Amino acid sequence: MRPGDPRLTIREHYPLTEAQLDLQLDALLNPVLSSRRTAAPLARPLASLARTQQDFTLRWVDIIARTNYEMAYQFAAAAPAALAQLDAGAAEAWIIQAMDSYDREGLHHGSQAFKNFSGFAARADGEHTASFEAVAPVLELFMCGLSGRRLKIDTAPVAWTDTHTLYLPPRMSVGANRAQNFLIYKIIATLLWAQSRYGTFNADLDTAVQQYNDPARALEWLNYLETIRLEAQLARVLPGLARDIAALRGPAHQDDATMVSLRAPGASVHDSIALLATVPLANEAPRLAWTGLLRPADAAAARAERLTREKSDLQAALAALLGEQVPSSDGEQEGDADSAAGFETSVYTDPDGDIDVQLSLGGKPIAAPDHVRNLLDSIVQDLGDIPGDYLTPADASDTAQNDDAVEDIPPDDDPRYYDEWDYQRRHYRKNWCALRELDVPPGDGGFVDATLKKYAPQVTQLRRSFEMLRGEDRLLKRMKHGDDIDFDAVIAGYADMRSGRELSDRLFTRRHKAERNLAVMFMVDMSGSTKGWINEAEREALVLLAEALEVLGDRYAIYGFSGITRRRCEIFRIKRFDEPYSGIVRQRIAGVAPQDYTRMGAAIRHLTRLLESVDARTKLLITLSDGRPDDYSDNYRGEYGIEDTRQALLEAHRAGIKPFCITIDHEARDYLPHMYGAVNWTIVDDVARLPLKVADIYRRLTT
Amino acid sequence: MNTPVRFLSSKALQPEARIIEREPYYEPIGDEIALFEAAYASLIPVLLKGPTGCGKTRFMEYMAWKLQRPLITVSCHDDLTASDLVGRYLITNNETVWVDGPLAHAVRVGGICYLDEVVEARKDTTVVIHPLADDRRILPMEKHGELLRAPKEFVLAMSYNPGYQSVLKELKQSTRQRFVAIEFNYPSEALEAKIVIAESGLDAASTAKLLKLAHMTRNLKGNGLDEGASTRLLVHTAKLMRRGIAPRAACHSAIAEALTDDAEMLRAIDELASSIF
Repeated sequence: MRPGDPRLTIREHYPLTEAQLDLQLDALLNPVLSSRRTAAPLARPLASLARTQQDFTLRWVDIIARTNYEMAYQFAAAAPAALAQLDAGAAEAWIIQAMDSYDREGLHHGSQAFKNFSGFAARADGEHTASFEAVAPVLELFMCGLSGRRLKIDTAPVAWTDTHTLYLPPRMSVGANRAQNFLIYKIIATLLWAQSRYGTFNADLDTAVQQYNDPARALEWLNYLETIRLEAQLARVLPGLARDIAALRGPAHQDDATMVSLRAPGASVHDSIALLATVPLANEAPRLAWTGLLRPADAAAARAERLTREKSDLQAALAALLGEQVPSSDGEQEGDADSAAGFETSVYTDPDGDIDVQLSLGGKPIAAPDHVRNLLDSIVQDLGDIPGDYLTPADASDTAQNDDAVEDIPPDDDPRYYDEWDYQRRHYRKNWCALRELDVPPGDGGFVDATLKKYAPQVTQLRRSFEMLRGEDRLLKRMKHGDDIDFDAVIAGYADMRSGRELSDRLFTRRHKAERNLAVMFMVDMSGSTKGWINEAEREALVLLAEALEVLGDRYAIYGFSGITRRRCEIFRIKRFDEPYSGIVRQRIAGVAPQDYTRMGAAIRHLTRLLESVDARTKLLITLSDGRPDDYSDNYRGEYGIEDTRQALLEAHRAGIKPFCITIDHEARDYLPHMYGAVNWTIVDDVARLPLKVADIYRRLTT
Repeated sequence: MNTPVRFLSSKALQPEARIIEREPYYEPIGDEIALFEAAYASLIPVLLKGPTGCGKTRFMEYMAWKLQRPLITVSCHDDLTASDLVGRYLITNNETVWVDGPLAHAVRVGGICYLDEVVEARKDTTVVIHPLADDRRILPMEKHGELLRAPKEFVLAMSYNPGYQSVLKELKQSTRQRFVAIEFNYPSEALEAKIVIAESGLDAASTAKLLKLAHMTRNLKGNGLDEGASTRLLVHTAKLMRRGIAPRAACHSAIAEALTDDAEMLRAIDELASSIF
């Protein structure tokens, strides 16, 4: 362990004894221990560690146990050996990776990842290491900038690509420092991109290597030759990167003269295949830090799938284009068949390998829209040209079908997934919560009328106070600049001047248009704890609020939230933004009923997304709640839930949404400031006053 | 109130109006010059559509020079009111004085009134240009009790960036349908190179690399960037490089930082730049 590592607080304590460790581990791991499986075998090797390492282990056992006890046990078992090889930074990265693996693939893979620290340790050396998670966001944008088709990025033990996704290793530590490791990541990604961009898979590689005694070895060599060809190509297209590669490789590397043909501008994968006959296949192919794997079969499958899809996409797009080009007049009907056959392309590839496809219809060049251009470009990358049958526009019926396929509307039982913030790991758990949007079953329609009757005097007052807020023009007087002269001010100014005082410069009137460009989302707690009078107060509050907002004309939506466990987060539609305050909405308000728990993070993330699609200058997310975030069975209750909610609110804030919370929880002072910030919350002490208070708070909030 | 009314001709209050004397550098992208001239001769107002920094304003300067008419540019903002365009009374030493706004001024002198980024202006503002923009070609100045008739030399032009993804920043049909629209886009690669070289004096090899970077950023449009690097940004970068700033640093300051504040996007653009330079 590195001294002075800030992540570990050095405590001047004696190490814990085996008995002490046994006791602590027993308490932490109790659910997975039995008479045959005790904590003692775990405690023994831990006892020989330094106190800091013991504390580190115990802390993480505690954290991991909140997710899964078995994982925590596996960690405790692996920790002593792992900590001998890893420093704290690397160890944390190792844990995060194992937990990610558990989240994604389950217990088996997760515990395997814990056991695999040795492979991890060999590659990871702490501060120098660049991790996939850290570089992926930047590399993804980088790849997007490089043009060609949009490639996804994912992680795999070895780097390879199927021309659809680039797989990069989870960590990189061969470089001397983190910057260099990032650079190696970048080089790997760019070379993989180049495989797809410059047609490595445009020949049948499998057949090509099968002719040799050792096809696997031949494939290795082919990979090496392709790397040489693509590096030469990159040197022409991305000279800066090529310089970086050269600097990394160092002066030692000597080129084989036979490789010259690969470096020529027009070289293709066929040149590499031809050269395969000349290389010393008996030896291993040279390997560089940035050489990945070639997996021709996977790439061929992805390529075939893409070609089929792009062919039908292109045909559909051309049909649409044809509809635009040929105005559908009766006289043209006959000519249609002719012009349908008239799509042609000319492909021009410049020495840098940049592709330019010119689309023409009936001999006249036409400007293809971007998506068509991208399709053409992608097809040329795969085939080198656009075959004639690709250019036959699809029938109208085909197009319709295709549009259906493209339309991305999830069916009802298809949940949306949201990430969740794990504050202990300081990482998101990917696609952790499954969220479904449901309708509130309509309730008793009489409830709204009864509420309005109950609060009749207050409702009149409420309407009046909201009417005053309504965006109406005001004439601002005595302004320095304005549309017209403020004669009162001028007369007063004259009097001033006559009496020897200075003429004021505030002599104009200005019409001020108060535009309330505002959209507000109400997020109503429908958890089981609201049962009874809280639920009633909530519903009454919604009635009065809707009444007031209708007067005001602000855009608003009301959604309820509840759920049980991360697999069943539920959002209940009460009123959408584009829905009028109709009878059915009133019935839904009446139908708001207590459900299960309050997993707030996912709900906030979902409603944030809904709010984002609304165009308004000011966007508000107001939560009506009765307590802290909570969920059944996992550790959402307490700090985890509060931190996740806080993170979700930060995300909302970044999306330009102002969150606010109205709660009836008297203890809310303890946690709301942390979640919502110092001022963006209010506590209504008296539940009975909630209905009137909510509208009042909203009025104060928006003036 | 019986204060005498007179026109004020103080220099400070004059809108930006000038005859452009030297030919501005302009490379036509298509047939926009012929289109504009035809519209001008036919007394039809012109709408220039296109992304930022692709040469709309330069084109207006060029046309003003070519037609030898004063160019009056109004940069629209969301507080621009109708009287900002038409004119208003001001009070000075014992009298009220009418001051023409830039639009009225352009009509009087028979100039080119160019409303830059017209969607930024308030919606009610665009309505005052309606009678000017159809065949009536009049500008009623209610407050001043005057009806200005536009001479045949006057032309109204405005620019508009359809790339804004905001529903609020859209032109009303009743406004846009009064105009002949000329679409601008980034010039073709060869032309853009020529422009960058002409504007900055950068060598051809560096310019080619710069253009490659520009295309990469344009690929990122919609994937985190609202707009790719415009021709104007390229000229800025080229000028910095011409002054001896290292290419990567120039790209960072003039392209990456100009396009975005997002840390990851900044990094990605820097990485793209360092791959090329």
